[in-house]
Amino acid sequence: MLQSRRDMLARSAAVGAMLAAAGVLPARAQAAWNKAAFEARSVDDVIKALGVAKPVESADVLLTAPDIAENGAVVPVSASCALPGLRKLVFMIDKNPTTLAAVFELGDAVEPSIGTRIKMAESSNVVAAALLADGRVLFAQKEVKVTLGGCGG
Amino acid sequence: MSDPMRIRAQAQPGGGAVVRVLMSHEMETGQRTGADGKVIAAWHITEVVAALNGKTVWSAQWGTAISKNPFTQFTLKSARPGDKVSVSWVDNRGDKRSDEAVIA
Repeated sequence: MLQSRRDMLARSAAVGAMLAAAGVLPARAQAAWNKAAFEARSVDDVIKALGVAKPVESADVLLTAPDIAENGAVVPVSASCALPGLRKLVFMIDKNPTTLAAVFELGDAVEPSIGTRIKMAESSNVVAAALLADGRVLFAQKEVKVTLGGCGG
Repeated sequence: MSDPMRIRAQAQPGGGAVVRVLMSHEMETGQRTGADGKVIAAWHITEVVAALNGKTVWSAQWGTAISKNPFTQFTLKSARPGDKVSVSWVDNRGDKRSDEAVIA
């Protein structure tokens, strides 16, 4: 029998904590920032940290990036994948100190295409990976030569 | 507080809209050393959410490899002039910013 409002609140908090620990409560609207993925230093390590399948190169992922980037601090790139069930577009720069630039989670209201600008430390492959609803991971890559590195190191 | 984002949303024939967003943010990589020889701490946007009329259309997690003053372009499949596009970000210091624009 609950003695007081104070008791009831304390009990609710305790039950909430238990449920959260058990993973039953709904996650926050967005999962926590994926530190392991953003600290990974190679495409393979990013993929491992994202916990997804091994990527397969595919002409169904379109990656646009310049052949030569005059300024490594601002390299415009865009990626798209017209296959049904696209869930995420992932941008990686192989030779950057931090390989993973961004993970875009796209809903049904947007075209499966994103343009952004990335920093490149040195000439490197830029990799765009498409994470599909069925678990497949497809990628496209392009070598971008950088005349002036952009990470500031 | 940072400067406002510039959001340009242009309706396309056929019902969609192209949206271009230019955010104002240092996006410090944490790789640079300052004049005093000390490393300048990483300071960057970590999460971004874009919404159309209040409903999220995409969200993203960003690292330090996104350029300073980040630019993002995306296309809404179905949008009309007058619809509201909003973009919000959070950075690794906990700062946040949210701006909106009307589709032209």
